[in-house]
Amino acid sequence: MKLKQLLSAVSALAIASTSTGYAQEDYSRFGIEADVPGMCSYASIDAKDYSSRTLNIITHAIPVIGEPTALHAQQFEELTGAKVNVVHVPFGDLFQRILIPFQTNQNAYDVLFYASLWVGDLNRYLEPVPQAYQDASGIQDVTRNYIDVAKWDGQMIQYPMDGDRHYLKYRTDIFSNPEMQERFKSETGRDLSIPATWEEYNEVARVFSGWDWSGNGTNNFGSAEVAKRDDLMFSAFISRAAAFAKHPDVKGGFFFDLETMEPLINSPGFVRGLELFVEASKDWAPGGANFGLGDEIFSFGGGQALMSYSWDDAFIQAQQSDSPIRNNVAAAPLPGASEVWNRDTGQWDTFDEPNRAPYITWGWTSAVSNRSQNQDMAFDYLCFFSNEANTLSDLQIGRFGVNPYRKSHFDAALWTEKLGWDADLAASYVETLSSMDSSQNRVFDLRVPGVSQFMSSMATGVASAIAGQMEPQAALDQVAKEWAQIVERIGADTVRDAYASVVALEDNL
Amino acid sequence: MQGLTRYKLLFLLPGLLILLGIILFPLIFTIRVSFSGWDAIRPGLDWIGGTNYGRLFVDGRFWQSLSRLGAIALTSVMFEYLFGFGLALLVWHQVRFRRITRVLFLIPMMTTPVVMAVIWRTIFHESLGPANDIAGMLGLGTIPWLTHSVWATVVVILVDVWQWTPFMFLLLLAGLLSLPKEPFLAAAIDGAGPIRTFFNVTFPAMAPISVGALIIRLIEASKIMETVYVITSGGPGTSTETSSYYIFIRGLRDFQIGYAAALSVTYLVIMIVLLTIIAKILTNTLVKSGV
Repeated sequence: MKLKQLLSAVSALAIASTSTGYAQEDYSRFGIEADVPGMCSYASIDAKDYSSRTLNIITHAIPVIGEPTALHAQQFEELTGAKVNVVHVPFGDLFQRILIPFQTNQNAYDVLFYASLWVGDLNRYLEPVPQAYQDASGIQDVTRNYIDVAKWDGQMIQYPMDGDRHYLKYRTDIFSNPEMQERFKSETGRDLSIPATWEEYNEVARVFSGWDWSGNGTNNFGSAEVAKRDDLMFSAFISRAAAFAKHPDVKGGFFFDLETMEPLINSPGFVRGLELFVEASKDWAPGGANFGLGDEIFSFGGGQALMSYSWDDAFIQAQQSDSPIRNNVAAAPLPGASEVWNRDTGQWDTFDEPNRAPYITWGWTSAVSNRSQNQDMAFDYLCFFSNEANTLSDLQIGRFGVNPYRKSHFDAALWTEKLGWDADLAASYVETLSSMDSSQNRVFDLRVPGVSQFMSSMATGVASAIAGQMEPQAALDQVAKEWAQIVERIGADTVRDAYASVVALEDNL
Repeated sequence: MQGLTRYKLLFLLPGLLILLGIILFPLIFTIRVSFSGWDAIRPGLDWIGGTNYGRLFVDGRFWQSLSRLGAIALTSVMFEYLFGFGLALLVWHQVRFRRITRVLFLIPMMTTPVVMAVIWRTIFHESLGPANDIAGMLGLGTIPWLTHSVWATVVVILVDVWQWTPFMFLLLLAGLLSLPKEPFLAAAIDGAGPIRTFFNVTFPAMAPISVGALIIRLIEASKIMETVYVITSGGPGTSTETSSYYIFIRGLRDFQIGYAAALSVTYLVIMIVLLTIIAKILTNTLVKSGV
């Protein structure tokens, strides 16, 4: 539903109810524009009475996700009379803080907020989302990607409340500047354009690194990337490798061969991605190899870097009202690859139009514990958390970490009218994000038991290559060897069963 | 008399039991966990025999982290000893501003390691930190403090030296202040200069305290974790990954609880053996030989 239609519907409903003598309560004191009728609305939740009951929630530290969790918990308390305890935990500790109570048979938390790729380990402890909630307007509006992310073995066990993906962000003022275009052409012999391949991305980054193209007296750089080993770098590598390793015509697994469970992480596609990652590192800003997500956000969002790719945060940072580059940025799909490794034929296939493989990288999700004695209240809380009015408000506050995940969010008018974005910019953002939903060549995270072990091993291998400790092929051979050992320890059938559901999403089955 | 001894033991027993419980229970539990396959998928204390120990013997990353730890700990403790001794000697005879100087020297030790690590990380931030501004002013260009394996190791050692030199200073100053005056008077009467007095009187007299201080710091330094965690996260690559940090990754990041327990037990045994040998060597070299 388009935003204007949504607002019109809300207004019409308000007028209708007033004219019939039934005045709706004004909930704008909670910071929302208007309540949106439905089973998760302020009015519906207000009608519930959870007095003398306690809801325990574990979530991320403030502000990302933690702040909206606390805010909506407070509102929920006020509306229902429930007591809501919110425990905030730093990201590095969140997994173990959620898992240990389950493993030791404690009923510590009713509601959990966590990274969706952990579903392989947590699924057995989660309560499926009841059909009534799945039928609510909020979930019905969630896009295909995030419905897929919420499901495990065909069943929705995670409650969608965020949408994440990796995409390219770049500076429009520099790309459209004739002087910059001329300089780029003189150095490379080709016209400056939005990188369509990772080779082009590296080339543009190289030309625009180490000099003051912004005119602010300090050196600028071509690319800011999340490269710190234990700070989500594994996602950056997947983004870079996906286009080379995810062949649109080859089915049956991206990280593993689903039949044999043989790791594919050291196949030529991944190695090519790593080689270009290592090549790019030579042109990063000083300390760029130690950039975590926060550094990447501030490097691009603060105007130091020309391009970047990762989650929405850097883009939202760039669009803050006090940003020096506000409305001078745009979004585009991740660069692609002209040559893609075909593991069926054991050859590189050449593509006229670069192969793109959108990475539906893990994002935040929520769930209800299957040990909870308060499942009704817990689902009501999540339903309330992500109701249309709250989400519309949360999307506008960058630090909350809630990113578009409903069809209605992919309406450029939302971003131009509510946040004052330029029309072209909003259009590029919405088109980029929505195009990922329609892709037939998506890559998802490795949502299997022991995912942390797999990703940790991969990040160590990639970091060793970037640090020059190992060659890319040797580093990924080592990762493949460790992955095979992890599969052996966990059990090939256990990993295969879980991985099959990921492959089903990637193969559009 | 026997009755009195019995009563004494009876009164001591609760305290001893609690102490044993506090010390022994976690250790025994860790040993038990190390024989289990406890991870994210298989919770609990199953029995997998010595599988974890077999695995760690071929885990190159663990042994590399152990040797790296040895290099970092020995280097930093050596510098801490030299600087701590030097500062203690300076303050020992200094009369004016003695009190304020001693307090100032102790400040680094009183700060919270994690908070200070964050501040040091900011100082050595290669784009924004003042360390590279100063390096630039000195004509040294941009130094890859945290993205080059050698420099990153230097930073870890530097931060540890900054944080723990005061501890060494405090112990050694206490030792210097407790030394008898007579040997120094005798040396002065014999016409010994300050250097000769130091090597023939002060340093030998300080040997037992030096050995104690070095061993205490080596034990502490071998557990270095927060500095690595905050400043380098073990990087670049694995070049600053120490044993504690590696065990942390395996246990709490990868959630391989059983394997991390086996690593911890092995690490503990190695540390006990190594530190006992080092203590013996230091005692024989510095104390018994009467340097």
